[in-house]
Amino acid sequence: MHIIENGNVAAALGVKLCRANVIAAYPITPQTPLTERLSEYVESGEMKAEYIPVESEHSAMAVCIAASSAGARAFTATSANGLLYMHEQIQWASGARLPIVMCVVNRAVGAPWNVWNDQQDSISQRDIGWIQIYCSDHQQIIDTVIKAFWIAEKVSIPIMVCYDGYILSHTYMPFDLPGQEEVDAFLPPFKPEYALNPETPANLNTVTLPDVRLDVQGELAHGYMEIRYLLQEELRTTLNVAAEAEKRFAEIFGRGSDPYIEPYRCDDADYVAVGLGSITYQLRVCVDALRKEGIKVGVMGVRFYRPFPDAAIANALKGKKGVIVFEKALSYGYEGALASDLKSALYEHLAGSGVLPFVQNFILGIGGREIRTDDLTQALRTATQGRVSTEPTWIGLKL
Amino acid sequence: MGTRNYRRKTSHSEHGPGDGGRTGSWRVERPVFDQSLCIPCKRNKETCFICWLFCPETVISRTIPPKVDLEYCKGCGICAEECPTKAITMVDEAKFSEEEDKE
Repeated sequence: MHIIENGNVAAALGVKLCRANVIAAYPITPQTPLTERLSEYVESGEMKAEYIPVESEHSAMAVCIAASSAGARAFTATSANGLLYMHEQIQWASGARLPIVMCVVNRAVGAPWNVWNDQQDSISQRDIGWIQIYCSDHQQIIDTVIKAFWIAEKVSIPIMVCYDGYILSHTYMPFDLPGQEEVDAFLPPFKPEYALNPETPANLNTVTLPDVRLDVQGELAHGYMEIRYLLQEELRTTLNVAAEAEKRFAEIFGRGSDPYIEPYRCDDADYVAVGLGSITYQLRVCVDALRKEGIKVGVMGVRFYRPFPDAAIANALKGKKGVIVFEKALSYGYEGALASDLKSALYEHLAGSGVLPFVQNFILGIGGREIRTDDLTQALRTATQGRVSTEPTWIGLKL
Repeated sequence: MGTRNYRRKTSHSEHGPGDGGRTGSWRVERPVFDQSLCIPCKRNKETCFICWLFCPETVISRTIPPKVDLEYCKGCGICAEECPTKAITMVDEAKFSEEEDKE
């Protein structure tokens, strides 16, 4: 069934269809309408879940950790400083291997105070052991929420479903609303590998020692390093699970694509623009315009950001002359995080092949600064004539 | 994936003594019971057991007399602090190692 709704409602509908058991969230712009909608579903009885209002995002994640440890399917959502306030707890969630799903409605972080869109919030949480998936439209938001629960529960690793504040969260777009029966067929009830139970008390995430040790049962228990190694190892193999999820999803819902990247007119392109989220759809307009000028350019959205699909990305960019990365966030003191990751993937897979494309990094839309399609097209056009700068180049800056 | 169970992916243990690993040689003091002061010993009744209740390592048994599993006791002294009749004294480990040396 096709409906017209905003991105936050698309996410809320996805969570409802997934039959989440526990929702705990603290309102923050631009995430608020998402959790408001979920609280309405719970209040009206339309959704059988426990909605736990909390006094902060730190508590929201603490509730999700507790609920997930007890075997409940847990969901939360946040933005910007709310996400940063969770920082300590979200690392606990990944270390404890709890399959929590969280929507991050991307927004700039303070200071200075700003409630508009960029992606500094989720990018700053790149290295904490969560899976990060970026969405470019409402269909992707609802579909990704559904896939996220399946993947998270399969690998026991939490997932952030990231989408741009306002540009996606508050705009209305038609999308296909999956049927409950189809979602139930895709996503079976959550069967945790372990669930807290008062009848069989256990200690979870107890102190680990630098070395391995014998546990109470007399078995050799992992040290901290082994547990952390397994998180890394299983995050890497999550890439295969994502492909499996995409295949299963396509079989049931009749739509699907590459689980990691979303290329547009890339096959014969000499230059490829790369980005995360809605910016890549805006770039399609620029690509179409430049194609008319005879410039062979394409655009590739990175959907899976962590674990990083380095092989798939390097393969897609093989033989290109230049890669132009547009980012709404940066690793302050160096460059955009995605640009660094792309260079790393290209070097890893193409070094020695004799052709390494140059990587040009553009920073734009910081704190919601308007991204004019003209500016974007001009930047792309300039970059196809050669690398502009070794430093990240800012678009739309008014100094 | 999936073959490794959750216990192996996380730090997870059943509740019980030794959850934090064997104490080894770093305990400074150990609890010693004076049975003439210990309430369950004196009354020969299963009562009190404040030491058993408070022990954070659950290494004190609920028996007459209460016994301490020194394999896992960390020597924190909470039992001695909580004992209502001061029947438990924390004794320097050096004293025991000297005795062991003599043997």
